[in-house]
Amino acid sequence: MSAASVSPGLRRLVFWSGVAMLCAWVLVPIYLIALGAFGGRLGVFRWPKNLLPWDTSLAAMQTFLAVEGVWAAAWNGALVAGLTMLFSLLLGAPAGYALARYSFAGQNAFRMLVVLTRAFPLAILALPLTVTFIRAGLYDTAIGVALVHTALALPFAALVSSSLFMGIPRELEEAAWVFGCTGFQAFRKVVLPLALPGLAAAAIFAFVISWNEVFAASVLTVRNKTLTAYLLTVLAESPLHFRFAGGFLLILPSVIFIFAVRKYLFAMWGIANR
Amino acid sequence: MAGITIDRIEKKFGTVTALQQLSLEVADSEFLALLGPSGCGKTTLLRIIAGLESQTSGRILIGGRDVSALPPRQRGLAMVFQNYAVFPHMTVYENVAFGLRMKGAGDAEVKKQVERAAGLLHIEPYLERYPAKLSGGQRQRVAVARALAVQPAVLLMDEPLSNLDALLRLEMRSELKAVLSASGTTTVYVTHDQTEAMGLADRIAVMHKGVIEQIDRPQTLYERPATRFVGGFVGSPPMNFIDLAVTAGKASLGAFSSSVALSEGTITAGIRAEDITVSDGGGMPFEVSVCEPLGATLLLTGRIEGQLARVSVRPDARVRPGDRLGLAPALDRIVWIDPHNGKALGAATQSS
Repeated sequence: MSAASVSPGLRRLVFWSGVAMLCAWVLVPIYLIALGAFGGRLGVFRWPKNLLPWDTSLAAMQTFLAVEGVWAAAWNGALVAGLTMLFSLLLGAPAGYALARYSFAGQNAFRMLVVLTRAFPLAILALPLTVTFIRAGLYDTAIGVALVHTALALPFAALVSSSLFMGIPRELEEAAWVFGCTGFQAFRKVVLPLALPGLAAAAIFAFVISWNEVFAASVLTVRNKTLTAYLLTVLAESPLHFRFAGGFLLILPSVIFIFAVRKYLFAMWGIANR
Repeated sequence: MAGITIDRIEKKFGTVTALQQLSLEVADSEFLALLGPSGCGKTTLLRIIAGLESQTSGRILIGGRDVSALPPRQRGLAMVFQNYAVFPHMTVYENVAFGLRMKGAGDAEVKKQVERAAGLLHIEPYLERYPAKLSGGQRQRVAVARALAVQPAVLLMDEPLSNLDALLRLEMRSELKAVLSASGTTTVYVTHDQTEAMGLADRIAVMHKGVIEQIDRPQTLYERPATRFVGGFVGSPPMNFIDLAVTAGKASLGAFSSSVALSEGTITAGIRAEDITVSDGGGMPFEVSVCEPLGATLLLTGRIEGQLARVSVRPDARVRPGDRLGLAPALDRIVWIDPHNGKALGAATQSS
């Protein structure tokens, strides 16, 4: 039994079982939640579980969506996540660019500091933040929550974009300068298109962090709750299939978002393998 | 078309001086090579000319215009980078067109110039491809075409051939020379490869530790190096350096002696390997330790006056390691060097 004759088949087996494992890891929970969301009241409580979508109905979803405040909360959540995405890119990408391209005094300290923003548990900050936000008029606003979420997402945005910009050879930018670009033009015409896939990934990451975050969103809002925070308060006293419907609705944007930009995520591989 | 004047350029990185008050003139449509070992400051000088690096003091003039404080885009030059720096997200056509588009040239003009540059560098078949689909040599051509498309007054090249394999390098070298001399572009070319510099340049500036040791035509540089460093750096094999004692204004090499510009002490004789012939008897004693047949010549390594030397003889010479030969140096081609400062002495040589 020579290694050469066995290994291709074995390798293929290992490869595909790995693929199957990873798919199952992600898809099975999503599928089960979807089943709960669309299976109706009976489907949720039936035992043994019916793993095939037989008697699906949109009833639970429809009832859930008709609950007062769901749409407003979803809109709020999207708004907060969108703002978080915007802020963390606007602040994080330039920070990342500076970290990648310039050497300045205290560079490593700054890098450390960026990561340190995650070292303070939000629970400790909750009360002072609430007080400060009330004073500043930011309490119970989308911008207020987005600012806190930006603080959470910013380290990732800055560090991911810094390594992204580091991966783009400096000479490309210099060539652009020599051939007539201003610093900003060179960034827009050469660096940005090359960094875009990675920046998109960083942006999605920020979006998902904000969309999933529940603590700050719950503490800092009363009426303008994000969907996550809203579901936490509302669904505690809801029937199980409603919870599934809510859970499914929570997952949906992340899944759609990632699916929409998957081309860019794969393009990132293309750059890395160049 | 424009010449370049480099006026007392100095560059310091912290406490380290990379360039020491360096001045240089490049004539209009001249091809100048900056040659030197790594760390000699040649790339720094090129980047200062390009405006990618700022000088600590001094001025740069291009075509009589002071560009010292201008950003790269306003200096009217083009550059070819060592790693090509071809934009990976643009087709070859758009890469070559980049400089023209930035100047705001119309589509017809862009098309005309891109086709001309692509024709010069033979990259027409790849115009619609992306650089990822090209080989190193093809990318190099794209980089040169991109630079030539803007018809620059000054072209700067930073070791453009060093990433190519030997055969391709030779091919690109002669092609570059033909293209550039036809276009008459003032070119500054940085390289550490002395054969590249010799083959391409009208003049070579040999740099060492932030200063220009010598600037001259390739042949002069080869035959009359101004310093020991230049003699050792230019030419393969490097020049032989043999320390000789001087008595009463004469240095003696075995049976030969030559009057030198020194009355007493020690002097270094710089002799090229091919300026030494095997004499039938007597002459300078030479003990052969290694024979290397190089095809066109036979390279002998051995000792003259107890000092290491290389001699290049006809390939059919029957010489074996251990042989003792008598050598005859071409006395008028010896470069006499002051061993204390490494500088060549203006010596009137005279055999007797």
